Amino acid sequence: MAIIPTTASEIAAAVASGALTAREVLEAHLARIDEREADIHAFNLVTADAARAQADAIDADIAAGRPVGPLAGVPIAIKDNMCTHGIETTCSSKILEGWKPPYDATVVTRLRAAGAVMVGKTNLDEFAMGSSTENSAFGTTRNPLDTSRVPGGSSGGSAAAVAAGFSPVSLGSDTGGSIRQPAALCGVVGVKPTYGLVSRYGLVAYASSLDQIGPFATTVSDAALITEVIAGHDVMDSTSIPQDAPSLVGAVSQGVAGMRIGRVVDLPGGAEPEVSARLDAAFAALAAAGATIVDVTLPSLGYALTAYYLIAPAEASSNLARFDGVRYGLRVNAVDTNAMYGATRAAGFGDEVKRRIMLGTYALSAGYYDAYYGKALKVRRLIAQDFDKAYESVDTILMPTSPLVAFKFGEKADDPMSMYLCDIYTIPTNLAGHPAMSVPFGTGAHGLPVGIQVLAPALGEAAMFRVGGALEAAAGGAQ
Amino acid sequence: MTQSGSPISAADVAKVAHLARLDIDDAQVVHFTEQLAKVMGHFGDIDALDLSGVEPMTQPYPLVNVMREDIEMPTLSTDEVLASAPATEERRFRVPPIVGTEG
Repeated sequence: MAIIPTTASEIAAAVASGALTAREVLEAHLARIDEREADIHAFNLVTADAARAQADAIDADIAAGRPVGPLAGVPIAIKDNMCTHGIETTCSSKILEGWKPPYDATVVTRLRAAGAVMVGKTNLDEFAMGSSTENSAFGTTRNPLDTSRVPGGSSGGSAAAVAAGFSPVSLGSDTGGSIRQPAALCGVVGVKPTYGLVSRYGLVAYASSLDQIGPFATTVSDAALITEVIAGHDVMDSTSIPQDAPSLVGAVSQGVAGMRIGRVVDLPGGAEPEVSARLDAAFAALAAAGATIVDVTLPSLGYALTAYYLIAPAEASSNLARFDGVRYGLRVNAVDTNAMYGATRAAGFGDEVKRRIMLGTYALSAGYYDAYYGKALKVRRLIAQDFDKAYESVDTILMPTSPLVAFKFGEKADDPMSMYLCDIYTIPTNLAGHPAMSVPFGTGAHGLPVGIQVLAPALGEAAMFRVGGALEAAAGGAQ
Repeated sequence: MTQSGSPISAADVAKVAHLARLDIDDAQVVHFTEQLAKVMGHFGDIDALDLSGVEPMTQPYPLVNVMREDIEMPTLSTDEVLASAPATEERRFRVPPIVGTEG
């Protein structure tokens, strides 16, 4: 049997040249899914038949000499909060179980046009609310590196799918770290692009001013390739930045000579000592590669958690009002509409979703708006201003992605606040609307992977990928 | 003015659950009050900040009045949209009575 390359770029090149068929590539990945999915549970749904039809169509195009896209025959897994036309999209919630969207998300349309083959819809914390994928209504996803541990969240299924080799790349969504944190915990690359760079059309909204779609991959270069394909203006998303997708793959191998990398001197504590040690090693590696390490301060960073856990639930309480049993999903019948709404939402939403809806409703309610939501919006401004000031003297900033390596199931499930603290280093980026990525950089406690986070200013993806590429090269050489 | 670290009461939780149209029973009110109080206790940290004169930030990019060209474009198929509704009648969404039947 033919050897199947591990990266999306190599697969696409092999398929386009005729060295491999898209069908061969797909079958190899479906075989891996058959072998391990029962243990991992990365997927809510494996779309094997649709994938075979899509792969065969690409092979027919190639046989007929028709042009194919940059992701020809590349298997990809899609987080189950992105709409797929006629294919169940659940957000891992009972309230949407069985719903088949009448349209594709823009990212799905763009991936298909580029030749990517969707292998399935991945598990997540219900409505992307969580940091462990334990909040899914359809069962937890296990970390492929240690199945007694969580894969992180909320895009835990997409991270696990790539870590387990079910697909070389996948898509997640990141509202407060939901791509970067599971990427770190599963030892893969994860990117949250600049807010507005990737269309949110067809992404089921959690917190609209923070949500952003991005890729998981095994290499920084693949992550850049997927970002290029899904980025660019979309008239269907009014918050989409009106400019073309940037070129990013070339930046990955440019090196960091002459770049200024920020070290945050007042970084909030809480990181495991092994994680802090890897951050120090990352600075040393970048300095050795020719970058200058510059101290910066982000004095408001410690308040980001509070700002986020007021703003995101406030937006969620509004966005999730649409799940009312009228137009789609679950309905629990009752004597009148009000009773139907209350019974449907009680039966359809899990506890974490209910907590965030109530938290958000409270933060927005009369008498509390100024004390909570209003204040949180001002703190958000302070954090953005801190970043603006720091980026006057540096090109990118480095910090840990997650304070902890992958933890055991149940360790934090009953204590929302300890779960929320997992997001302490990822949340500030979402509040500012900036890009950030997590790159695997060695191991910490229990030999589990540690992710180093590269942050950049708005539309600073090229600088971010340069640093990400240098970290990847250093990690590969040092271990 | 209310402080951000003020404790949330069971009555508050019951009220917001009603406002958010979430039926929760008394035992759940107790459970959620305990959890939300713990989370909100943490929120008091921002009371230490001087926020006078700081403009609220609602979104990363202050785009206003984003318009597309006023031209006809395809829309979703009505049949397909209605097919995923819990109940329909005469090509419309069917709902229970709007006004309560209990008087």
